[in-house]
Amino acid sequence: MFETSLTWNDILFLLQGAGTTLAITFWAVLGGTVLGMLFGLVRASAPWWLNLPVGFVLDILRSVPLLIQFVLANSFKSILKLNMSAFTVGCVVLALYTAAYCAEIVRGGILAVPPTTRRAARSLGMTYTQDLTNIVFPIALRVALPSWIGLTLGVMKDTALVLWIGIVELLRASQIIVTRIQEPLFVLSIAGLIYFLMSFPIARLGARLEKRWREND
Amino acid sequence: MIELKDVRKSFGSLEVLKGVSLTVQKGEVLSVIGGSGSGKSTMLMCINGLEPIQGGQILVDGTDVHARGTDLNKLRRKIGIVFQQWNAFPHLTVLENVMLAPRKVLGKSKREAEEIAVKQLTHVGLGEKLKVYPSKLSGGQQQRMAIARALAMSPDYMLFDEVTSALDPQLVGEVLDTLKMLSEEGMTMILVTHEIRFARDVSDRVAFFHKGLIHEIGTPEQVIGNPQKPETIEFLKSVL
Repeated sequence: MFETSLTWNDILFLLQGAGTTLAITFWAVLGGTVLGMLFGLVRASAPWWLNLPVGFVLDILRSVPLLIQFVLANSFKSILKLNMSAFTVGCVVLALYTAAYCAEIVRGGILAVPPTTRRAARSLGMTYTQDLTNIVFPIALRVALPSWIGLTLGVMKDTALVLWIGIVELLRASQIIVTRIQEPLFVLSIAGLIYFLMSFPIARLGARLEKRWREND
Repeated sequence: MIELKDVRKSFGSLEVLKGVSLTVQKGEVLSVIGGSGSGKSTMLMCINGLEPIQGGQILVDGTDVHARGTDLNKLRRKIGIVFQQWNAFPHLTVLENVMLAPRKVLGKSKREAEEIAVKQLTHVGLGEKLKVYPSKLSGGQQQRMAIARALAMSPDYMLFDEVTSALDPQLVGEVLDTLKMLSEEGMTMILVTHEIRFARDVSDRVAFFHKGLIHEIGTPEQVIGNPQKPETIEFLKSVL
């Protein structure tokens, strides 16, 4: 049977795609943030012989279009006969890409913490690590949060590019449906609405945290 | 006891301390006066190892501060320091600001740390401000919080680096009162200050710094009341 209007199955198919989009976003942002904190710390405080090469690699990750990175990584995977799914490749590439941007956000946040405040922490006998975890990161987080939320929302939309390495996420799912029912505007509007519904809570959460922190300091 | 032996300190080619020797006994209050850039504040940073030195030796209770293998984090537990800029931790309440180091550095339990913090904050007159964030405090209150934060580590020595210089004139008094209270309680203090009259009132000894050297040191009556060196006389004339 060949259905030419939107069915419940199509909606489920879209939601499945949305689930994939969310999953890739989650892993990319998680991995990207952890790596980004590490790289950001290196960029903010490591000696030049570590800082320079790390900065160079991050520059490459930020400068080469994401689409090219996906396709290249997927091809290298096949050439090297790595046993990885396209989904894993997508998550890893996007995580590295996220890390490159996150590193600069973290670096900015760390540099925004006054050296005198850090000095006060050290003068109380806190170690370098205690200063980082109790003083620097919490203060830097407040500075970096708006940019980090922006990055997360951007990454969620960038996940659409993984359709080029054969992953059916939200955009690819809607394309497949469009091909069948020939209603591009209608289907893309639904997809757009789903993207919005996924992004909105993240943006709201960010705004709420910001407001609460502003009331305090 | 804090002992400085021929301490030399440079920032690049600029020599800030040119051979400073000094001894501060337990229970003593030493005020350090002198013009800007004379090396007073730098000396404090060197005493608790926040700045390295290029020559000489600093001993705190016999421990060489700048020797390899000296555990500076441990040493700093017994040397409190309060800065010109009070450096509150903006993301923590007043109470949490004071509790942090006892918890993390001394490993106190939350309850113990809170007890200590409440005691010290009440001591400096901030018992009503425990749950407030530093941004809601005046400069004088923030500075007193910084003093309580240092005292919460039960230090043997307290270093004060021009703690009233960044304050509005009407807030200076409350901070000086706190310092006076500490000196009367027998705290060993090195006080870098521009408040000459205050220095005369609370100090056991006064040291006059000029161009990286101690030009005169002695009782307040000697150094402030009856200075001998022309540099001291000129400096006192300019500030009194």
